[in-house]
Amino acid sequence: MSSDCESSDSAGRTGQLMVGLGLGLLYGLALQKSGVTNHDVVLGTLRLQQMTLAKVMLAAVVVGSVGVYGLRQAGLLELQIGSASIGGNVLGGLMFGAGLAMLGYCPGTVVGAAGEARLDALIAGVPGMMIGSALYALVHRDVVALKQMGCMGERTFWQLLGVNPWAVLVPLSVLAIGVLWMFELMGL
Amino acid sequence: MSLRASIVFLAACVAAVLLLGKLTPAVWSPYIAGALIGVVACLSMLLSGKTLGTSTTYLRLSGFVLKLLSPRAVKENECYRSHGVQVDWQMMLVIGILVGSMLSALGGTGIQWLWVPAMWATSFGQTVGLRLVAAFVGGILIGFGARWADGCTSGHGVAQAMQLSVAGWLSAICFFIAGVAVAFIMYGTGGGGL
Repeated sequence: MSSDCESSDSAGRTGQLMVGLGLGLLYGLALQKSGVTNHDVVLGTLRLQQMTLAKVMLAAVVVGSVGVYGLRQAGLLELQIGSASIGGNVLGGLMFGAGLAMLGYCPGTVVGAAGEARLDALIAGVPGMMIGSALYALVHRDVVALKQMGCMGERTFWQLLGVNPWAVLVPLSVLAIGVLWMFELMGL
Repeated sequence: MSLRASIVFLAACVAAVLLLGKLTPAVWSPYIAGALIGVVACLSMLLSGKTLGTSTTYLRLSGFVLKLLSPRAVKENECYRSHGVQVDWQMMLVIGILVGSMLSALGGTGIQWLWVPAMWATSFGQTVGLRLVAAFVGGILIGFGARWADGCTSGHGVAQAMQLSVAGWLSAICFFIAGVAVAFIMYGTGGGGL
């Protein structure tokens, strides 16, 4: 997902960095205004008391999926699908989730939280993530076989099912909106 | 995008964040905020050819620190070499999140200056040291787990999930399963809203 190809000319690279900064500003605004830069909002969702984090993510996915497949249909962009594997996504995902419950910030919201001076995010969360990444870099070679267990390649659900993207996108969006509606009815 | 267009785009983003931060309510509907994140995720693919993500930045930051201690170790490490230890698009995105959130808070809910979150304090007390240790250990698990899974809440939970990628949904579901399980182990079932 993180491709490292940068434009070779420095003006293109500077422009690229400026667009990244601008998108980050908008992202930071949305995260802070939604409340998910607050540890208690994230833990509230993980304790199933209120579903703010799930609402933000599902809304982003519904809007983003219509946008990305619409733009793709218009020939304006190509999909960039990451490789899926049981060993990687499931084991890594479970470690990540356990850490999320302890910290209450994810790699995006931890800097947003730091920006509004939540000091546990700045002083402990950010250095912790740096050290965790470094530890992974040190053991990468030893765990890569385990990580690739159950590898499914760069797959989407519609490729897996052999159907048109919209045949997955539309029902999934309807389902997501139904789930959100249920949250509202339950007062979550 | 040309350099000129990039400058205009950045200026427009700064203006939008300042205006929306100040003039709109301090707390948005999660659906409005989520929709904006979906738009940002699409724009990053359209304008930058990059999928939204943040976690690799922590690997690069750790690389900068390790380089001071042992340049050779970083140069010879496969993981650092393949991602590159440099300031890149994603690191600028992460810096943007920090500044954007700060501006948003200044225009709304205000700056917190908070060491111990309220919910944490209710269950585990006001001791700053205990909170920092738990946050640090949680951060290590997140940093390690994100590299193991090749992405985080942004990369998998939004950018991959919205492309209907198997990796994205598989990871996001596992984030939530472990998150909910550990949250219930830590906090118990008391004080719930269910």
